[in-house]
Amino acid sequence: MNLYNYIFRRLLYVIPIVMGVSLLIFVIFNVVAGDPTAILLGKHASLKQMAELRHELGLDRSWLMQYLDILKSAFTFNFGRSWSTKQLIAPMIGTAAGVSFTLVIPAFIVTSILSISIALIAAFYRGRLVDRSLVVVSVIMMSISGLTYILLGQWLFAYKLGWFEIAGYEYGFPHFIPYIVLPGIILVILSIGYEVRFYRTVILDEMYQDYVRTARAKGLPEWMVLFKHILKNAMVSIITNLIIQLPALLLGTLLVESFFGIPGLGGITMHAINNSDFPIIKAMTIISTVFYIIFNLITDVLYTLVDPRIRLS
Amino acid sequence: MTRAFTKSIWIQAFSRMAKSKLTITALVVVIGYSLIALLAHWGILANDWQLEIGNSYEAPNIHHWFGTDIFGRSVFAKIVKSTEVAMNVGFVVSIIAITIGVVLGAIGGYFGGVVDELIVWIYSTLAAIPNIMLLISLTFILGKGILAIYIALGMTNWVEICRLIRGEVIRQKDREYVQAATAIGASSFSKLALHILPNVMHIVIIQFSAIFQSAIKSEVILSYLGLGIQNGPSWGVMINDAKVELMQGAWWQLIFSTMAMFLIVLAFNILSDALRDALDPKLRGK
Repeated sequence: MNLYNYIFRRLLYVIPIVMGVSLLIFVIFNVVAGDPTAILLGKHASLKQMAELRHELGLDRSWLMQYLDILKSAFTFNFGRSWSTKQLIAPMIGTAAGVSFTLVIPAFIVTSILSISIALIAAFYRGRLVDRSLVVVSVIMMSISGLTYILLGQWLFAYKLGWFEIAGYEYGFPHFIPYIVLPGIILVILSIGYEVRFYRTVILDEMYQDYVRTARAKGLPEWMVLFKHILKNAMVSIITNLIIQLPALLLGTLLVESFFGIPGLGGITMHAINNSDFPIIKAMTIISTVFYIIFNLITDVLYTLVDPRIRLS
Repeated sequence: MTRAFTKSIWIQAFSRMAKSKLTITALVVVIGYSLIALLAHWGILANDWQLEIGNSYEAPNIHHWFGTDIFGRSVFAKIVKSTEVAMNVGFVVSIIAITIGVVLGAIGGYFGGVVDELIVWIYSTLAAIPNIMLLISLTFILGKGILAIYIALGMTNWVEICRLIRGEVIRQKDREYVQAATAIGASSFSKLALHILPNVMHIVIIQFSAIFQSAIKSEVILSYLGLGIQNGPSWGVMINDAKVELMQGAWWQLIFSTMAMFLIVLAFNILSDALRDALDPKLRGK
């Protein structure tokens, strides 16, 4: 099958998923969640007020129209206004995304470089003390609650030692830098255990292939086998893993951002949770899903570009 | 003959696991936590965790090993009671997720066709929504509390096992032993339940351990966010309390709840790895 054909088929496959996701979000927020006017107006609202608000929020329209609104918002990113701040949601999220990126992207790059390097070291010394210690440390790091890293990190490095800002954020480069260093380090620590283990497994999987035995048999030194042959082949899985993580970065900072008072996507989502701000939670769900679907698509297409075997099936 | 053979594979796997002291220790930890949870559940342990037994914020001392909280309640009793909550959530969620995942995965993989497509559609849809957003949305509309946690975590955790079981059933259903069962007139149900399912059981066991610990971690985060356990003890609620306490120098709630959670999650991580090594044929010999 040719590549365009494959991409086209893969695109078609997105349609039922979009339908399913929008249906689920519709059921959660418009059907099960029920009437929000009582929450919004308080106990003493008159029926007329409630009816007006329902009309204003578009809740008096048919369920089909409400469902189509959700579907439409996935493309237009028009999510209406926040209940708690009355601001338009789309620009709110836009600003917040900018803030999140200043924190998340450096942390993501550092985590990836560090974890791939450590995984290579572990694979190079596989089965020996270095490897086993690295695995043990990774498993221990994975087992500690993320909340604890955040709490203790903030308490020790910002509060006790005063090395970093405890909380807050300033817009614009380079003003934000002092505020993102500690949260950034914590983000790296939060995910490095998983990443090292994942990359180590990927690299070790390649290590038992025939071409590796051939490379060794012809007398290549082990480091050259590792870098020239194994890493090159493991790259497919490594890059897939990197891309697939990108949409998760939008939300991966939920707790870190709220702890450090960073007004990013995680920060506004937490604020929305605390204020029962449904439209924002709904908008964040839709946006993160859209990104997830898009990046999944990109990964799949890239995968077939790199590895032609997949196209055959 | 078949039966003896099947048994010996399981015995082989578990004797392989039993050789490792680390795995045995992990297993002992899991059993210990389960016992504590059961004793707390029956009211034998930590039944009076709400009792004021000392002054506010007593540091760990001879009388109160883990110190006291703001209301002078024993942190130790709260940790024990939270253990019950965590193990309860882990167990119920694993059972829900495994039941849904195995049933749907087996049906989809075995029968194929429209049913399979529908099942794949359902789990692809769920998988397309980031877990944390789905969890937050679900706990939001279901109201807060333990039931919401069960449903939300059950719904988000069955996808992986369903995918795995479906794939394995597809691989198994054309094997000779299934054809042999067809030849002697076995029904679809008995082929699935009696012949194929025992051969995909290793996936269930590995996943049980994985879902269990992921549910424990999710419960803590949801409770921390105020979306989980209400008015009850939970490691997540204790960690949330610790946010303010830490600045006042009261570290014990944070440290002991973290330790309690760390130990069980670590034990499950070790156990999952050991189970995977012992039961996954692909990894055997590596």
